[in-house]
Amino acid sequence: MLEKRIINILRDIVGKEYVSTEKTDRICYSYDATQQQFYPDVIVRPADAEQISLILKMANAENIPVYPRGAGSGFTGGSVPTQGGIALVLTRLDRILRIDQDNLIAEVEPGVITASLQKAVEEVGLFYPPDPASLKFSTIGGNVAECAGGPRCVKYGVTKDYVLGMQVVTPQGDVIRTGGETMKGVVGYDLTKLMVGSEGTLGVITKIVLKLLPKPEAKKTMLVMFDSIDGAARTVSNIIRGKIIPTTLEFMDATALECVRQNADLDIPESARAVLIIEVDGDRELLERQAARILEIAAPLGVVHTSIAASDEESEQLWQVRRSVSPSLRKVNPDKYNEDICVPRSKLPDMIRAIEAISNNLGIPIVNFGHAGDGNIHVNIMVDRSIDGHEEKAEIAIREIFAKTLELGGTMSGEHGVGTSKAPYIPMELDSATVVYMKAIKRALDPKNILNPGKIFLEDL
Amino acid sequence: MSKHKDIEAYRKQLRECVKCGTCRAHCPVFKQVQSEAVVARGKISLAEALMNDEIELDRRLISDISQCLACGRCVRKCPNQVPTDEIILALRRRIGREKGLTLFGRGVSTVLQRPWLMNLLTRLGRMFSWLVFRKVPQNSGLRLRFPSPYISRDRTIPEIAPRAFRQSHPEFIAGDEDKPLVTFFTGCMINHMLPEIGDGVLAALQSLGMNILIPKDQGCCGLPALCAGDGKGAACLADRNLEALTAHKADFIVTACASCHSGLTKHFRDLGPDHAALADKVMDIHEFLVDQGFDEKLLQLPRQENPQPVGYHVPCHLREPGLKEAPRKLLSALPSIRLVDMKHAGACCGLGGTFSVYHYDISKKLGALKAEGIRDSEAEIVATACPGCIMQLQDTINHAGMSQQVCHVLELVAADLKNTDLGQANRTDAKLR
Repeated sequence: MLEKRIINILRDIVGKEYVSTEKTDRICYSYDATQQQFYPDVIVRPADAEQISLILKMANAENIPVYPRGAGSGFTGGSVPTQGGIALVLTRLDRILRIDQDNLIAEVEPGVITASLQKAVEEVGLFYPPDPASLKFSTIGGNVAECAGGPRCVKYGVTKDYVLGMQVVTPQGDVIRTGGETMKGVVGYDLTKLMVGSEGTLGVITKIVLKLLPKPEAKKTMLVMFDSIDGAARTVSNIIRGKIIPTTLEFMDATALECVRQNADLDIPESARAVLIIEVDGDRELLERQAARILEIAAPLGVVHTSIAASDEESEQLWQVRRSVSPSLRKVNPDKYNEDICVPRSKLPDMIRAIEAISNNLGIPIVNFGHAGDGNIHVNIMVDRSIDGHEEKAEIAIREIFAKTLELGGTMSGEHGVGTSKAPYIPMELDSATVVYMKAIKRALDPKNILNPGKIFLEDL
Repeated sequence: MSKHKDIEAYRKQLRECVKCGTCRAHCPVFKQVQSEAVVARGKISLAEALMNDEIELDRRLISDISQCLACGRCVRKCPNQVPTDEIILALRRRIGREKGLTLFGRGVSTVLQRPWLMNLLTRLGRMFSWLVFRKVPQNSGLRLRFPSPYISRDRTIPEIAPRAFRQSHPEFIAGDEDKPLVTFFTGCMINHMLPEIGDGVLAALQSLGMNILIPKDQGCCGLPALCAGDGKGAACLADRNLEALTAHKADFIVTACASCHSGLTKHFRDLGPDHAALADKVMDIHEFLVDQGFDEKLLQLPRQENPQPVGYHVPCHLREPGLKEAPRKLLSALPSIRLVDMKHAGACCGLGGTFSVYHYDISKKLGALKAEGIRDSEAEIVATACPGCIMQLQDTINHAGMSQQVCHVLELVAADLKNTDLGQANRTDAKLR
């Protein structure tokens, strides 16, 4: 528990009403979407970089851990206050500072909800593509800190491809600027790229300059059912090899289809063992040609049925099939381990086959769906923790899946980050020299290890 | 006597919350307050902590639990359909049991459980209202003259009706012999404050030749008591309504208040099979009329020139598919009005029953958002399907210094039925049987 003196300093910095040590608040800021809970000692909601700077300086002097937090919707424990201390809630910094239509950029504060930003830029005919599933409630600051992805990233890339610059409060409380507002810029180290995906361990982001695109004129959504997962996976590889980059290339395997079959508006025939949802966007006249070419590629690979949306409403209906997977997973088993591996796109069929084999060997269901277009698969290992041996089997499955992923040249996390959930597996992917290099950076910038300690790296720095 | 489930019975559902944060995108109160303790997953965590004895029922926790409009958005949008609304009501019942009801909650429960007391109070209230209230301009309500606990002084509330609806109508109004018997559950607000809505319901039902039953023994739906944490009182009301509404074998039971509808169809199901059967039978009046093809009939009325622009506010308790479209269908079919778009039409009005009494400041902020949408629209009239929303929206409009009038869809329906063949169809031979 923090001394009264510390609490008073915090109150002086941000104002009394923005500091809380109430038990109810400590409970409510203890978790994220991993459901692990660690109570912070105090919740502080600063208004700007200046206040954050003072907080970090004090935390350094007093050796208090600080855990930056947006919406708390991460999947790997990135914002969870594992060692108590200060939960630094950044949602008051929620202004869209400007949308510059001459230069196609936006400057925002980290607490802006991603969907609000997208709505605002789309109103003036612009486009911010990254679309994590949580976009209606997650913050842009959290998206940047974790380098969030989403279905549209196949064509448009992930969060890091849109961050031009930022204002950051360093772990020791200095306010720095990284990058800038220009499309090019090579003066000094690329600290922007270093900060994106650093999971709140290297600084607190207080302003972000984002690149925007012109909003595509139209889109076309198709749902293609296959008689085998292999056919679907090969279609993905062939589309990419055919030099077509759709906006999204989402897939669902047979187990995922089974989960949604009853509730879907769409008739899913028994012979369908996998589904691809393919969307293309751009100029209207180009779309038809692109869509036809994609269906042509899929045709010989065991297509059972194809639906093409004729309206936005029908497109929404097709997407609903994909979106209803996650919530219905509980039909398979009550507990899930959710991994987000990413493999080179051509290796997708191999990876899917390997996961199927692992699932069969261990006798536990594994449901796969996700962003096939960029090789990013959401692997859901479904277990029942109340059954003896299930937890151990899940652990074995995770290790075997990661091993296979790495063997195929992939990575164990495409967009969720490491946080606490994947920290134990870091040595599988990164060699010790690389880990030493990363830790050297963290140690140099945060010698007292007060900013989001206990994340990414398990052992002490 | 029937009894609601204890919070302990929700352990399994509590575990189904995966803390994904979806509720943050949909909770109207959270958008204003920005405190995690307000949003569904926060309340679920607090409920878990309470049941695991990690936290006590202290003032702060009780206040957090009170910050809910019972609008149900978090439940509808939850990927795992965790029944946070029921869980909050169960928590409030526990608070009521262990800490006692608030003075206001006690008042609400006491009055609503005793129709004679309610009748007396409303009569007295009307008699002395000139003493207690002053009229605000444009006949849009009353405002308190003196400060009083729980009701903010600048709040406008509707006038009390000269005569309660149920007292001014016979219990049974005969229609065509071959037509169904429809039981009308009025609810308290229509009975005592806005009887013109009830008149609208009768006009519509009579134009279809329905036989109408308005049971004298019906009471409050029980939702206010339930929201205040008075589980016993609410269950008592539910039992009484069960008896009153099932005494005659009606073909349909209709409500014209979205909150009563939600109370009767949702919140008393668990009390037993009879309660569940009653819940299955209750229909919203708009849904019922559309089912009966009434909108088609309205479409046949001669169109009027220069129809008045009307916006529709969606009550939180009428957002389910099926219920959501019916009022709009009726409005679109009316000859004298033109249904116009209104920004934030689906946003909560901010009343949330007792919520607005305890948290009038947040309630007003939610209202301000509505006012903005109404101001920016062409609407001269805001129609809705819930007397509670009507009260709150009129208060909001009065505060914003705007001139729009708020009314119930059925009032507009009744106005358009007047002096038409459809409206006259059965009125003349309406008689006591």
